[in-house]
Amino acid sequence: MEWIALANPSRFLALAERLLPWLAAATALAFAAGLYAAFFVAPEDYQQGATVRIIFIHVPGAWLGMLGWAIMSVAALGTLVWRHPLADVALKTAAPIGAAFTFVCLVTGALWGRPMWGTYWVWDARLTSVLVLFLMYLGLIALWRAIEDPARAARAAAVLTLVGAVNLPIIKFSVDWWSTLHQPASVFRVGGSTIHPAILAPLLVMALAFTLLFATLYVSAMRNEILRRRVRTLRLLQVHAAQGA
Amino acid sequence: MTALAALLLRDMRLAVRVGGGALMGVLFFLLVVTMVPFGVGPDLKLLARIGPAILWIGALLATLLGLDRLLAADHDDGSLDLILMGHAPLELAVAAKALAHWLTTGLPLVIAAPLFGIFLNIDGSAIGIVALTLLVGTPALTFIGLIGAALAVALERGGLLLPVLVLPLTVPVLIFGIAAGDAAILNAAPFGAPFLILIALTLTSVVIGPVAAAAVLRHGLD
Repeated sequence: MEWIALANPSRFLALAERLLPWLAAATALAFAAGLYAAFFVAPEDYQQGATVRIIFIHVPGAWLGMLGWAIMSVAALGTLVWRHPLADVALKTAAPIGAAFTFVCLVTGALWGRPMWGTYWVWDARLTSVLVLFLMYLGLIALWRAIEDPARAARAAAVLTLVGAVNLPIIKFSVDWWSTLHQPASVFRVGGSTIHPAILAPLLVMALAFTLLFATLYVSAMRNEILRRRVRTLRLLQVHAAQGA
Repeated sequence: MTALAALLLRDMRLAVRVGGGALMGVLFFLLVVTMVPFGVGPDLKLLARIGPAILWIGALLATLLGLDRLLAADHDDGSLDLILMGHAPLELAVAAKALAHWLTTGLPLVIAAPLFGIFLNIDGSAIGIVALTLLVGTPALTFIGLIGAALAVALERGGLLLPVLVLPLTVPVLIFGIAAGDAAILNAAPFGAPFLILIALTLTSVVIGPVAAAAVLRHGLD
C-alpha cells in the first residue's frame, strides 16, 4: 500500500516529541531576553525615536520569510529527486509559516513606513519583491488545497517551489540593483555592519528568537501533518476494509 | 525532429481553424485597451505616458486568457498521453507546443500592438519600440505560462488556479518590458539595459519553462 509508505516517518515523530519542549522553552527564553532588550535596553534612535524598535520584529520577519522559501526549495529537491515522504511534509508545512512571517514583515514595514517615509506603502523594488514572495506563498498554499492526493500535490508544488526560488535572489539583491527607497543591506555586508552595536545586539537576539519560534512552529506543524496523514490512511484503510467485507 | 515539426504544424492548424480561438486573444487585448480610458479618463497626455504599460498589461492578460488551451485540449482528447508516450523528448514536445501557441496567440498581439498604440496616443517611433519589447518579451510570458498550463492539466480543475500561479512569476518580465517601453517615451530613461535583461529573461524562461512543465506532466499525470 502506497498510503502506508507515505505515513511512516516514525523516527521523525519520536525526535520531534523529544525536541519540541526544549525548542519551545528556548523560544520563550530568547523572546523574553530579546523583547526586554528591545524595549528597555536599546536606546531610541536620534532621528527615528521609538519607532526604531519596529525593526526588531520587521527584520527577523523578513529573514525568516525568505528562509521559509529556501527550506521549501531544499524539501522540493527531496520530493522530486528522492521521493522522500518526509520531504513532502516538510514542503507542505513550511508554506503557511513562511507566509505568516512574510506577512509580519509587510505589516510591520508598513507601520514603520508611515511615520518614517510618510506613507504605508511605496512601489519600491524591495517592497514589491517581498509582496510577490507573499503572493507566491498564497498561490502555493492554494495549489496544495487544489489536489486531493497528497503525493501528487507534493510533486506539483515542488516544481512550482523551485521555479519560484528564482525570486529569492531578486529580493536579496533588489536593493543593490535598483537603489530605491528601501535602505540597502546593513547587517551583513562587506566591511562590517553599519548598525550601532546598541541596536544590533537586541536585533540579533530577536533574530535568534524568531528563528527558534520558526523552528518550534515548523517541527510541530510537521508532526501534526504526519499525524493528519496517518489518520487519513487509517480512514482509507477502514473504508477499503468495509468495502472488501 | 520531424515529429516535433509535425506537432508544431498540427497545433498551429488547430489554432487557426474553427474552435481554435487564435484571434480571441487579440480581441480581448483590444477590449482591455479600450477599457483603460474609461477607467483613467480620456486624457491623451496621460494615456501617452502610461501607454506602454497598458499595452504590456493587455498583452499579459490576453496571454493568460489563452494559456488554458495550451495543454488542456490535448489532455481532454487523449493526445497528450500519446505525446507523453512518444519517442520525442517531452521537454522538446511541450516546447514545440508552446512555440506554436506563441505563434498563434502571442505574435498576433505583437502585430496588433502598433495599431492599439495609436488609440493610446503613443507617437510613431515609440510605437515601434514598444512593439519590439513585446516581440521580445511575450515569448517569456508564454513559456512561463507553460508551467502553469501543465499544473492546471495535472490538477484537472486547475483553470481557476492558473492565473494565480502564473502572474507572480511574470513580474520580472513585466518590470523590464515596461522599463524598456518607457525608455521610448521618456528620453531620460535608458533603453539598452532593460531590453537586454528582457531578452535574457525570455531565453531563461524558454529553457526553464519546458523543463518544469515536462517535470509536472511526468509526475502529475501518473
